Amino acid sequence: MHDIAIDCHDLSKRYRLGDGEPYRALRDTIASAWRRGDREAAQDARHIWAVRDLSVQIRTGEIVGIIGRNGAGKSAFLRILSRITEPTSGYADIHGAIGSLLEVGTGFHPELTGRDNIFLNGSILGMPMAQIRRRFDEIVAFSEIERFIDTPVKKYSSGMYVRLAFAVAAHLDTEILLVDEVLAVGDAAFQRKCLGKIQDVCSTGRTVLFVSHSMAAVASLCTRALYMSAGRVLLDSDVPTAIGAYLNDTMPSSVAFESRTPNVEIARIAMKAAGPGRYLVPLAPTTLAIDFVARRAIPDLSFRIAIDSADGTRLMAIDSWVSATGARCNAGDAGSLAVEFDALPLNPGRYRLRVWAHSFLTDIWDEVPDVYPIEVYEAVTPLYREFEPHTHGPLAARVTVTTTAAAGVPLS
Amino acid sequence: MEPATAIRPVPVLRIEASAGWRALRLAEIWAYRELLFFLVWRDIKVRYKHTVLGAGWAIVQPLFTMVVFTVFFGRLARMPSDGVPYPVFSYAALVPWTQFATGLAQSANSLVGGAHLVRKVYFPRVLLPLGEVTASLIDLLPALAVLVALMLFYGIAPSARCLALPVFLLVSVTTCLGAGLWLAALNVEYRDVRYLLPFMVQFWLFATPVAYPSSLLSPAWRVVYGVNPMASVVDGFRWSLLGAPPPPLAMFAVSAVTATALLISGLFYFRRVERTFADTL
Repeated sequence: MHDIAIDCHDLSKRYRLGDGEPYRALRDTIASAWRRGDREAAQDARHIWAVRDLSVQIRTGEIVGIIGRNGAGKSAFLRILSRITEPTSGYADIHGAIGSLLEVGTGFHPELTGRDNIFLNGSILGMPMAQIRRRFDEIVAFSEIERFIDTPVKKYSSGMYVRLAFAVAAHLDTEILLVDEVLAVGDAAFQRKCLGKIQDVCSTGRTVLFVSHSMAAVASLCTRALYMSAGRVLLDSDVPTAIGAYLNDTMPSSVAFESRTPNVEIARIAMKAAGPGRYLVPLAPTTLAIDFVARRAIPDLSFRIAIDSADGTRLMAIDSWVSATGARCNAGDAGSLAVEFDALPLNPGRYRLRVWAHSFLTDIWDEVPDVYPIEVYEAVTPLYREFEPHTHGPLAARVTVTTTAAAGVPLS
Repeated sequence: MEPATAIRPVPVLRIEASAGWRALRLAEIWAYRELLFFLVWRDIKVRYKHTVLGAGWAIVQPLFTMVVFTVFFGRLARMPSDGVPYPVFSYAALVPWTQFATGLAQSANSLVGGAHLVRKVYFPRVLLPLGEVTASLIDLLPALAVLVALMLFYGIAPSARCLALPVFLLVSVTTCLGAGLWLAALNVEYRDVRYLLPFMVQFWLFATPVAYPSSLLSPAWRVVYGVNPMASVVDGFRWSLLGAPPPPLAMFAVSAVTATALLISGLFYFRRVERTFADTL
């Protein structure tokens, strides 16, 4: 077996920035034949490098995660490797059969039955017919839609549709597999099953390139990670280091906004973990800072901070007047509020922070209409490994559980 | 597990920018024949779903055109028909023509219609127009059956000349695929093709001896007429099935050369512009 599976040299891909219509009308081509000179000059400004001078070697059997913001060039990179589009310059050598899953259910036809679509989709993904036939029962079993296999897929629920689509995709077994964000399908239980399936695939010595926004998935699957930004690989390292670098860059250090509240203006909200990494992880020491400006004189300004789950359920509220006296402010005074959590009691997920300004003496109750979104990540990097919580659900805790039984007393 | 040191010949695939004209890589199309089969199979399966007539539509279209032609050209205009009853004379031409026109229109739209595939998976893009042309051939079968029934009705017995039919069909398919490749590729970048197409098909219909016999032309002009390969196809169908005078050999030769040139140039042009399809669609 060749030691190197994918070998990229200065791979670059330039796209023309769309001027509305990606395709041209015949008259534009005819017209532009006259002013070729102008076009050359304008060309540089109207192009964007989706992938720029990317050189990387992937060894056989490596599971490589590709992370980065939207538009960082991750998908463009996979599109080049899967031969959907050609690079503008540079080259890549692929050693071995390559398959790509850039989407689940490519080519599914709504009028065809589940059975027909398994064959059609499998064939589109590059599976030989004999292989589809051999693994057909396995695919159907994985999708959990045995009863509806002869029903047109247009009658499927969206959950059934993606389960079937993923089931086909999961049975593609080429030596090199390019996977783009296809795990984010179905409900939580099915996603776990998909992750397990991908894990099986990864453990069979296959080479996998895996683009994902789920740091947890990357951390649990990959042996190496590429952190991409603006078409380049910023960091090519072990998974925790790359994830740590990416999350730190992603964390907004603060959010500045006009709060549109009558009495107190909230100028800035920042929430970050104390210590070297700034992104939020469960149970890590965390600080929340709010900068405000009083619009009028307030003798006892205090705040309520609330954290809601993404669906709006109140998880906790902190009233500053319970533990501290209010701040005395004159009109125009700037001040700040700091809240320190010994251990952030939130499990990985998205939450919403809400703020109210309050004064008993002047009877103020200003609600900041904007919510500040916060995201808590999994403690997957070495910096934060110690903060792995013991609980499921939104609330994080470190708990000690002991089970005791009286010796010699049988269950009756 | 195989030991890592075991040397196994692994094919190396180089991905890089290509420029200008490229090799056709016909072997790759062959390697993807199963996908071609599934694309055709999908088209056939889906085509007549939720229609009352189903595959009957493949018959209705040429049949009704034949009725209209018979009334206007046959009865009113008294168009000559090489000594064959006019209905069967025009229908024998409408059968290959309908296949050709359908295949051309479908393949011209195949890339735009299959954009979701082109953007997400790799396969030789030629499969899309090729699949549409293949699917249009399937529709030919019921229409041919009706033609045989019509011949029996008018007392025209099939002869050994029928065996030459595949030759003319081959010319028709070659022309259809050649023109379809050009149009499909042009359609990706110039959506004008969509508007041009109905005109083109209509114009081509009148430039083909479907409603009239090509024997109206002088022998010299008939050779020039062969530049439209469909003229020879139609004449060939009438000759091999109905016993009408055969197309002159020179005319047929011109048609065969034109059709082949159209296909080869279409394949090369298609391959040349293929690399930008996923970015443009």
